[in-house]
Amino acid sequence: MRTSLSLLALGLTIAVAGCGSPAGSRAAMIQIKGSDTMIHLTSAWAQEYSAAHADVEVAVTGGGSGTGVSAMLNGSTDICMSSRDLSESERSAAEGLGLDVQQFDVALDGIAVVVHPSNPINALTIDQIADIYTGRITNWSVVGGPDRPIVLLSRESNSGTYAFFQEHVLDKEDYATSARLLPATSAIIQSVGEDAGAIGYVGLGYAEEAGDRVKVIGVKADETAQPVVPTLDTVRSGAYPIARALHFYTARVPEAHVQAFIDYCLSPEGQETVKREGYVPIG
Amino acid sequence: MQRLLSTDNLVRIALFAASSTSVVIVALIFAFLFREAFPFLRDPGVGELAGTRWMPTSMQRQSFGVLPLITGSLLVTFLASLLAVPFGICGAVYISEVARPVEREFLKPFVEILAGIPSVVLGFFGLVAVVPLVKSVFHLGSGLSALSAAVVLGLMALPTIISISEDAIRGVPDAYREASLALGANRITTIWRVVVPAALPGITAAVMLGFGRVIGETMGVMMVSGNAAQIAFSPFESVRTMTATIAAEMGEVVFGGVHYRALFCVGLLLLAATFALNMIAQRVMKRYQNR
Repeated sequence: MRTSLSLLALGLTIAVAGCGSPAGSRAAMIQIKGSDTMIHLTSAWAQEYSAAHADVEVAVTGGGSGTGVSAMLNGSTDICMSSRDLSESERSAAEGLGLDVQQFDVALDGIAVVVHPSNPINALTIDQIADIYTGRITNWSVVGGPDRPIVLLSRESNSGTYAFFQEHVLDKEDYATSARLLPATSAIIQSVGEDAGAIGYVGLGYAEEAGDRVKVIGVKADETAQPVVPTLDTVRSGAYPIARALHFYTARVPEAHVQAFIDYCLSPEGQETVKREGYVPIG
Repeated sequence: MQRLLSTDNLVRIALFAASSTSVVIVALIFAFLFREAFPFLRDPGVGELAGTRWMPTSMQRQSFGVLPLITGSLLVTFLASLLAVPFGICGAVYISEVARPVEREFLKPFVEILAGIPSVVLGFFGLVAVVPLVKSVFHLGSGLSALSAAVVLGLMALPTIISISEDAIRGVPDAYREASLALGANRITTIWRVVVPAALPGITAAVMLGFGRVIGETMGVMMVSGNAAQIAFSPFESVRTMTATIAAEMGEVVFGGVHYRALFCVGLLLLAATFALNMIAQRVMKRYQNR
């Protein structure tokens, strides 16, 4: 029935993915896959780059950082976009396959904590955010807000943002089981804008794009610190505590046409695009 | 030799091959799933699956308890059938017994259109229409809940239940209706006491197939259920189904890793569930036929 069919399809997908050879039989094709956080940015780069280089075609697909890393490991993508570092197990898997993985930091990103526009809370400390996401705080009144249950929203576990947030904000603790895991950042924006008690986290670019639909709150490193709102400047200066580098990974030293694209992304022109898309330029 | 190669026999062989393909495929799927899942059953062991926490990416201790996923799938399936079964059967009765031909010509294509809507589209409809509605009607903090998922899934199961039930009801011989009416029963009594019971095996099959659609559905449910891996029995809580878990996590796992094996265990459970459902449906149908 349907289930058996979808499982069969899954099996076939895995089989196909398993024997897929590195794309690029045509020299002018670049496959990029991975982080949903980076998909806007990379698509913009791809568009500009293809416009200037008619002979090169750049295909960008999302799916999450983990998806991108898997694709890189089994050779079905040229570049993997990842909003987190490779994990231990991924590194050893790459070693086992004899790959010489290369990392390129292509932009910086702040992770904005967002709440419903009607929420009177303007800032939280990192510890409070961690307590909320691990389920120790379940009502806004505990952190000085109205008496209203907190609706926890998170990305799915294949998201690099999920992993980064867990590592750097929750201090590697588990998310509360009541956290709703949504399959896309746009779904988080939609739900936070909808539910008065909701809290979510999204990349800075998405938060700016969402405008008034959600409210970005300031983050305090500790109880006594000044709250810092994520902006271009605070992320670049390091004042905003929840920030990270966005990476490109390649399975080996990239071929010339792939390297040329990465060079473009890192060029002043490419970094101008970073700023325009709501992320933070490197350096 | 002549007889062996007769058209009759050739057709027979071709049909046999075609019809056994599905048997072979099902067997292969079972074997493949089991092969991928087996190492998990040996190393962390079956006990790990029986846990109450599904935390496959935990940085403290990974846990692969599938109970929250099973209760999630059951709750959503139960609620969806609560909505879709009465609606579906009443709809089928109306279309086949009561509706005038003009109405029938109008209603039937719409049921078929509903059946043809891709689940991701229904899921999107659920996200922008059902979720806010459920939230405001029941005054919830968030509409991303088992109930919203059940509404979306109910919509998906409805066409299956309606069309197959309708076929079954239509298959009831007219002599039954005439006999009932001749004995002085009115139309309503005839429908509910004679026609529907006579069509019950077919209706049961319709409901079971609807169940199958609901329990195996992925995309629509993933978009509206909130996917929180918690054991919940309230329709207003968020739940994570087995299908959504596989779909959301399969992309990121390390092939051959513990998490990967665990997902295959979930797949095996799911397959076993639909298999059992089919067996039950066939049993029920057989029992009614023998009566």
